[in-house]
Amino acid sequence: MSTIQPKIGEPVSDELALVQAAKGGDVEAFEDLVRRYDRNVFRIAQHITQNREDAEDVVQDAFLKAYSNLHQFQGQSKFYTWLVRIAVNEALMRLRRRRPERMVSLDEEVKTEEDSLPREVADWSPNPEQQYNQAELRDILTRTIQGLPASFRTVFVLRDVEGLSTEETAEALDLSIPAVKSRLLRARLQLRERLSRFFQRRENGKEKPESGDTNQ
Amino acid sequence: MKCAEFLNELTNYLDGAIDARTKAELEDHLAWCHNCYVVCDTTKKTIEIYRDSQLYELPEDLRTRLRTAIVSKCHARKKSGPEHV
Repeated sequence: MSTIQPKIGEPVSDELALVQAAKGGDVEAFEDLVRRYDRNVFRIAQHITQNREDAEDVVQDAFLKAYSNLHQFQGQSKFYTWLVRIAVNEALMRLRRRRPERMVSLDEEVKTEEDSLPREVADWSPNPEQQYNQAELRDILTRTIQGLPASFRTVFVLRDVEGLSTEETAEALDLSIPAVKSRLLRARLQLRERLSRFFQRRENGKEKPESGDTNQ
Repeated sequence: MKCAEFLNELTNYLDGAIDARTKAELEDHLAWCHNCYVVCDTTKKTIEIYRDSQLYELPEDLRTRLRTAIVSKCHARKKSGPEHV
């Protein structure tokens, strides 16, 4: 079985030059950095906050915070990793504000290993996503990932959706590498388990499950 | 190798972050354990489906609006001198 192929990002060779220019007050150079990463920041923010308005605010605030603190960026990490760290913190702050009744932390205590042990091992259809139209599929994927704890969701999004390395994810989230790996494993297994009921190979004539009750 | 041991290494296996010996042991397990094969295969599909899903794409009009607001505030901050947020 082959491994997951990482996403190939845009070249970053000129990025340091843009950062240097922006540090010197060149707003157009900073605008180039915004263009380069605004989609990623928006996606990450919406995955964490699960709210469109909050995600828009996170995009603005994260870039403005980055602009105001560029002098603190020393270039040991990629600019993108540094920016993601700012954006994740902004997003978590908004999530906490909106859900004060729930403790939201990347360090939150997670349940025992049992919560990730596969219970559903039925094989999937060869092209599971083709069982549903685009809107249905989007709904299933959104509801399923929203059901994960914030700490799992965030690691999965950075690592598997945005394609950050394990080390970059650890740096962006201020977590240890073993902590990233452990959350990633559980996130992947829980998503797999939840998606299985939609994508498993089924006999002809059997109805699709409703997508509305996945967020439990 | 037991199934629990396989699962512990699943993320490293899918990411290709294991040495050749461990990889061979895992693939040996996969060859006879159908359940682990299915879990491994469907976990890989899970990752690929999310990676290719294009959830939460930023619409172009909103993108322009956000960028204009960011750039305008950057110009304002530049005029008023260094500021810490």
